Amino acid sequence: MANVLVFAEVRGGELRKVAYEAVTAARALAELSGGGSVHAVLAGGAGIDAKAEALAQYGADSVLVLEHAGFTQYNPEALAATLAQRLESGTYAYGLFSATSQGRDLSPRVAAKLGVGLAADLTGLAVTDGAVVGQHFQNNGKVIATLTLTGSPAVVSIRPAAFQPAVNARALATEAITSATDPMASRVKTVELKQGSADKLDLNDAPVIVAGGRGLKAPEHFALCDDLAAAFGNAAVGATRAVTDEGWRPHSDQIGQTGRNVSPDLYIAVGISGAIQHLAGMRTSKVIVAINKDKDAPIFKISDYGIVGDVFEVMPVLTEAVRKAKAEG
Amino acid sequence: MKIAVCIKRVPVMEVKFVITADGTRVEETGLKYDINDFDLWAIEAGLQLKEKHNNVGEVVVISLGPDTAQEQIRKAMAMGADRGILLKADSAPADGLAIARALAAELKDGGYDLVLFGRIAIDSMNQMTGPMVAELLDLPCVTNVFKLEITGATARAERALEGASEVVEFPLPALLTIDDGMNKERLPSLKGIMAAKKKPLEIKAAQFSDVRVSITKMALPADRAAARILGDSSAAVPELIRLLQTEAKVL
Repeated sequence: MANVLVFAEVRGGELRKVAYEAVTAARALAELSGGGSVHAVLAGGAGIDAKAEALAQYGADSVLVLEHAGFTQYNPEALAATLAQRLESGTYAYGLFSATSQGRDLSPRVAAKLGVGLAADLTGLAVTDGAVVGQHFQNNGKVIATLTLTGSPAVVSIRPAAFQPAVNARALATEAITSATDPMASRVKTVELKQGSADKLDLNDAPVIVAGGRGLKAPEHFALCDDLAAAFGNAAVGATRAVTDEGWRPHSDQIGQTGRNVSPDLYIAVGISGAIQHLAGMRTSKVIVAINKDKDAPIFKISDYGIVGDVFEVMPVLTEAVRKAKAEG
Repeated sequence: MKIAVCIKRVPVMEVKFVITADGTRVEETGLKYDINDFDLWAIEAGLQLKEKHNNVGEVVVISLGPDTAQEQIRKAMAMGADRGILLKADSAPADGLAIARALAAELKDGGYDLVLFGRIAIDSMNQMTGPMVAELLDLPCVTNVFKLEITGATARAERALEGASEVVEFPLPALLTIDDGMNKERLPSLKGIMAAKKKPLEIKAAQFSDVRVSITKMALPADRAAARILGDSSAAVPELIRLLQTEAKVL
């Protein structure tokens, strides 16, 4: 039996989808090790406790609420100190984080404070003889390493979208906790959160991604991708490195080795040749559709369905067809 | 400014990797190597900062790796770094904290105003060494930095999140990990390459302790079958819609 401490990621006062994935994975880890309790840490400014109920829904036996004005913005130093203190003093065998920008910032600090190992960005999770065994992509996603992590507590982070959130409701139990250090005295201060547009789905949350490459020829032609994404209604728009380097789209939209790793249910590659740098970030998508005028483009080698053709001719027709299918849905 | 940049020798990824017979490693024969992409941007950031400070100070490149990682340190010096340190290890453990301890031991008494890392090493994909070193050295740490302004002993940076960003303020000395979008790295000039040959490169043995993470198996992901080409032009759209609805069930 082993208890799991899981960090529930919040941005701008709202829980992110990865928080539910993390609680779901923590629940599974507790069961794998013979049944234990899942304690979720929820940190934020005034009113954050209202979010605890959602975590109980996904299987948190207890929600540890860290509420203080100093946690309204991301406060890595005070959070790392508090999480390390909890993991050290509690009955925890595991600490679990999401392998997001926030989780990958926080989890190494916690592991280093405790002097314990960290297995990061896991896509699979098991327990063998008390040790965590997990799968982790290496070499740009071209090989999969199985990592074994010994010692206690063991700290892990899980790849976004690798674990689907599953409702597993518990009666809500909360406990107010305090920060291990003065949260107002942290040296690193987050002074502003620049949110993406509120009506825009994040690439890691969107079930469908429409991604554009250089084949779109000019930034204004990304409207073709935006229109198709709007027709789906649950889609986000991404881009290749070539496109973000040109400044056609922001760097945060970049999918690939030097950008984001995504695995949506459906990935539509529009005018993307399929450079290895791009494939590294999207090859784990469940279904891939490619539209490209070059029938020999490498993108077709990893796609499920392909249309060889001019994106300017195909996209408006596809957008209309998707709109119609959705309307009939 | 005295700036340390920690860099890594990584395989060039445009290759089909082969797993060794024992199933625990990638076959190294035939691989080519270069500086990790993100580390190039960290080097560039360091060089630009030194230039902004009237070239006062130094940029020191530190790499933990095999003897051959001298090539990558020389390349960084050809770009303009002043000197290099190789923490020599024939193989590095899978445990990021063990690596961080070895780097922290070297950085500890270096008197650096700034320690820079790339956001992630594209081979191990661990993305943990930087913040671990910061923790071990008790340095303020900001990861995923793509904008940076330094004014005296304080700094302001912007860090990338998924679809958003954060503006962060912190004092120096500090440790940063550099993300894509920060800059574009310079190419070594011929003059730089010649000068790099004479720059000091110190070689020390890396010390690892308390390794808790190991790789027990290495495998290649399942190949994806090539696309079914549904046709030319928009005439293929109805068939695509049908397959997305009935076969892939994603529409």
